[in-house]
Amino acid sequence: MKIGIKDIEYIATLSRIELSDTEKEMYVHQIDDILSYIEKLNKLNTEKVKPVTHTVNINNVFREDRLETSTPLEVVLLNAPSKMGAFFKVPKVIE
Amino acid sequence: MSLKLLEITAHQLKEKLLSREIQATFLTKKLFEWIKEIEPNIQSYISLNEDEALEKAKEIDRKIENGEKIGLLAGVPIAVKDNICTKNIHTTCASKILKNFIPPYDAYVVKRLKEEDAIIIGKTNLDEFAMGSSTENSGYKITRNPWDTERVPGGSSGGSSAAVAAGLAYMALGSDTGGSVRQPAALCGIVGLKPTYGRVSRYGLVAFGSSLDQIGTLTKDVRDAAVLLQVIAGKDSYDSTSVQIPVPDYINGIDASIQGVKIGIPQEYFTNGINTDVLDSVKNALKVYERLGAKIVDISLPHTEYAVAVYYIVANAEASSNLARYDGVKYGYRTNDVRGIIDMYSRTRSEGFGNEVKRRIMLGNYALSSGYYDAYYLKASKVRNLIKNDFDAAFEKVDCIVCPTSPVPAFKIGERANNPLEMYLSDICTIPANLAGIPGISIPCGFSKEGLPIGMQILTRHFEEKKLLQIAYAFERETDFHLKKPVLKGSIA
Repeated sequence: MKIGIKDIEYIATLSRIELSDTEKEMYVHQIDDILSYIEKLNKLNTEKVKPVTHTVNINNVFREDRLETSTPLEVVLLNAPSKMGAFFKVPKVIE
Repeated sequence: MSLKLLEITAHQLKEKLLSREIQATFLTKKLFEWIKEIEPNIQSYISLNEDEALEKAKEIDRKIENGEKIGLLAGVPIAVKDNICTKNIHTTCASKILKNFIPPYDAYVVKRLKEEDAIIIGKTNLDEFAMGSSTENSGYKITRNPWDTERVPGGSSGGSSAAVAAGLAYMALGSDTGGSVRQPAALCGIVGLKPTYGRVSRYGLVAFGSSLDQIGTLTKDVRDAAVLLQVIAGKDSYDSTSVQIPVPDYINGIDASIQGVKIGIPQEYFTNGINTDVLDSVKNALKVYERLGAKIVDISLPHTEYAVAVYYIVANAEASSNLARYDGVKYGYRTNDVRGIIDMYSRTRSEGFGNEVKRRIMLGNYALSSGYYDAYYLKASKVRNLIKNDFDAAFEKVDCIVCPTSPVPAFKIGERANNPLEMYLSDICTIPANLAGIPGISIPCGFSKEGLPIGMQILTRHFEEKKLLQIAYAFERETDFHLKKPVLKGSIA
């Protein structure tokens, strides 16, 4: 096994996802399978290869800095699960 | 209304509207009747847009009546994948986490559809957040393949593909991150086009793998693909990865001769992992191309076997970051009764996301996490370069590459549902094009022994969609695979 329950718990925390014990058991096997499959990349020597993140040549894209109308506040708030006045309402952040 | 009218292509339909043989209002009403009859067996839509569609149809009839200028897609009923934002119409990504989300704006492509007078009839089902190859991972319903309702339509644009194949839409938009337009097109016997990365604005497409995602078209034939691409292609200032390169005329000249065109056949795509019916169909298609004067050249794309591994690191790493925004604060689902802000995030996400999405977010975060970044994400980004170099080298020798779209025809619902890795391998033929950013099209090229459609994939260099469409059209004109339709039970027929 490349990973264990502890690793799953760690990445679940990083991912802000809560898992039940059954779920942890399921994911540890599935993710381990996938990671074992991904191992095959190590057959390749990539020491001198540059990484790519975009395949079409795009460099910095500049544009005029001009004022445009943005979505009105009340429209933005239409989808809010909870709101108060002009704000999104969330549980207390600072204890 | 005869079934014939539901089976014609969008460009044929437009001629009938322009010649006033039929009216958009009549057509739209009949289409919704057909949808009500057939949809329960197919389940291709998440939501329908009937009232607005009928309004739009009336407007188009009025325009035609008055001899006003009309758009390229005037009166054509179109379906839009439910991960593409539509102003005032729910956009769920087939996820519970976006169940109540109503976008306050249109995606660039949707804006373009409206400008060209298309009629948007509904939002189609997908694997949640486009993560899947069968449309079984939807948070709402499982879409069925019109050719055999016990089988999957492919995915993740399975709703769009099934809708077009069943005549429940004349055209549809999908999105393709690892094959999500081409693979379901192949499994449903229609045409699926993924343009070059940057050819179509992603503004308003809910992000999955941002360096791979591209909006694509699902149509009944190649000419319709050209028409729809003509409408959606172009630079958009709201997507800085969309490119400035001028959009050519895809429609005129689509019937150009392919005499002397060099077609590359990559040996890596014709191995024993591919179903024999699929192999036979694609090989027969090559004979058609030879007859048309094309030259068949054997080539090699030596890093093909690494593509799926690279993809599941890169796509999931990007997804883990893109999906961090679903936290229950600004829009979408929020859990009840929370103990604090972190608790709210975690419970909202645990309750809102399905299993496959959670799996991919966790994989992505693992690949990016401290201590693993070099071994996974960096390594994958390097191998991605090798895959891109394979294509660059191949395209020095050939004009296009032809191979299967999917290793198998449509598989049974549930057959691969419990084995994520096996499901991931469904995209083995389509993923490399996303990693390299090149355009690809899947067109019908045969049927399996069970009568299931088979797709052939054609790939060209970046921004060579015009040539891609010409090569695809040359085959389509010589064959009738795209004219065969699934048998559907309905009284209108």
